[in-house]
Amino acid sequence: MLLFIIDFRVNRSPFMIAYVVKSLAQAVLVMLAVALVAFSMFRFIGDPVSNLVGQEATLQDREELARDLGLMDPFPVQFARFVSNAAQLQFGVSYRQGRPVADLLAERLPATVELALLSALFALVVGIALGVYTAIYRNGLLSHMILSVSLIGVSLPTFLIGIGLIWLFAVELRWLPSFGRGDVVKIGWWSTGLLTTSGLKSLVMPVLTLGFYQLTLIMRLVRSEMLETMRTDYVKFARARGVPERTIWFRHALKNTMVPVMTIAGLQLGGVIAFAIVTESVFQWPGLGALFVQAVQFVDIPVMAAYLMFVAFVFVVTNLVVDLLYFALDPRLRGAGPASAH
Amino acid sequence: MTTPVLSVRDLVVQFPTRRGTLTAVDRISFDIAPGEVVGVVGESGAGKSMTGAAVIGLLEPPGRIAGGEIWLKGERIDNLAPEAMRQIRGKRIGMVFQDPLTSLNPLYTVGEQLMETIQTHTRLTSAQARARAIDLLTEVGIPAPDKRIDAYPHQFSGGMRQRVVLALALCAEPELVIADEPTTALDVSVQAQIITLLKNLCKEHGTAVMLITHDMGVIAETADRVAVMYAGRIAEIGPVQDVIKRARHPYTEGLMGSIPSLDATADRLVQIPGSMPRLTAIPQGCAFNPRCPKVFARCLTERPEPMPVGATEVACWLYADGAEKAA
Repeated sequence: MLLFIIDFRVNRSPFMIAYVVKSLAQAVLVMLAVALVAFSMFRFIGDPVSNLVGQEATLQDREELARDLGLMDPFPVQFARFVSNAAQLQFGVSYRQGRPVADLLAERLPATVELALLSALFALVVGIALGVYTAIYRNGLLSHMILSVSLIGVSLPTFLIGIGLIWLFAVELRWLPSFGRGDVVKIGWWSTGLLTTSGLKSLVMPVLTLGFYQLTLIMRLVRSEMLETMRTDYVKFARARGVPERTIWFRHALKNTMVPVMTIAGLQLGGVIAFAIVTESVFQWPGLGALFVQAVQFVDIPVMAAYLMFVAFVFVVTNLVVDLLYFALDPRLRGAGPASAH
Repeated sequence: MTTPVLSVRDLVVQFPTRRGTLTAVDRISFDIAPGEVVGVVGESGAGKSMTGAAVIGLLEPPGRIAGGEIWLKGERIDNLAPEAMRQIRGKRIGMVFQDPLTSLNPLYTVGEQLMETIQTHTRLTSAQARARAIDLLTEVGIPAPDKRIDAYPHQFSGGMRQRVVLALALCAEPELVIADEPTTALDVSVQAQIITLLKNLCKEHGTAVMLITHDMGVIAETADRVAVMYAGRIAEIGPVQDVIKRARHPYTEGLMGSIPSLDATADRLVQIPGSMPRLTAIPQGCAFNPRCPKVFARCLTERPEPMPVGATEVACWLYADGAEKAA
């Protein structure tokens, strides 16, 4: 849907290159700041040596271990080592499971990514469609109904919607499984639930639950932006030129609506991936959120640190993509500048 | 006499509001002949723009045509279905709005917007439409049109943008162009250029113009005839020289007196006491009666209809018997 509205004839002006470089530099800075927070968790939440050695370790054992782990090095050296390891996706070994954190994350990542991307897609497609519909037929009965239902989406907590869905579709109707991913198929290291019937069935409720809030948000945003755009002079002028109403809606109004909608949708997508925790808990979804909740319970700091870095990374990347999409959408940002003076 | 391009008869535009129905345009009638430029002047809120919007079928709800008829070349258009009216807009009636800075969609090149309009109203292919768009840009005086056609609106200055807007309004060769204060938002130095361009283009193509403005200078220079509106009614309509040099309606007289002149030295400009009544409080009889220096009994009870005085028509009881009492 987005592809058809966005115009990809972006000219590569020096202005744009400077903009991209600036955005990238900002992204790196944010990641370093988050790395600092993640790194300090190791130093300030508990003592890593105590976490590793047994009860009967001597003071000498402890000192040796600390030296081996590099804990005696000055702070900047340790931090640099942490960053360089993180850049290579090495986050150490989980205290609880005794396995490399990177492996644990890789195992859980597909479940979360599939859930989050489908939710985002669902929220975006249905949200934009309903937003446009309710803006165009703003006095229609159906529009009023959609808006009333969307209030539920905004005001009901996610877990309640999830439990409600489980009660209806799993307990009463017995159409859908109430927990887990169903059968998954391995493609390389990626495990997907998209290729089996039980996998797809298992996805339905978590996707609806996770996407519902974003859907209502996007719908309301699209609606208000669209109403705003329909009042502009260029829409009035397009009408005066005899442009058909349908073209005005989808060509003139919707594209102008997309700029602010993308900003919010981008942030929301990051949020969906990062905070799938509640939905994953409700549906016992074997994803990153569930892993994180366990890690918190057992003070498994390497896992927590890695998860923190992951969430930050998702946010930074979506922001970067949104920044670049602005260029594709809005010619005024491409900086070709007025050719003739006012 | 040939059929007028536009013929408006007893047009009434109303706005239902919570506090009752407001009448923004109250029984006005006028004709525009083919190729003729008719100016419509009046203060803000006199109903000029409402009349224009009603003619092109773009009254903003809840505003609606509550009475009267609008004829385009002998064809009644005020009761057409929305789709039929849409096909007339841009094709047979063009419109230019006040602010060129906001009339163009910022996300599309001027070429895309021109081609969109051309292809809406003709069966030209994209290549043909593009060629036509370049011709149009040349005609409105955009330099290097074959390059500028791919530029975005923000890459043009205000005056250049209004030229593009003119090209857009004229691209299907309409019989009538409604220009709603086309120069108000522009620099004074650019205003004259745009008005001259509009006048010349319409002369070349034989397009009639309804020029809505409150700038009497523009009217004097451009229009063949002028209609003076006051509180939703036409006070006076006639050949531009007659109305300007020999204003007959007391309101027009006051209006003309308030324009400073370069030749005559005057210590004070004439000022009409009071202000135009709000739509909720239009007095009975002649709407101008509370401010009129020549008011008499009949003005307070009966509304005057336009009556012929020489070449003009004046809605004033002073001319009830056809004689020029006031002169």
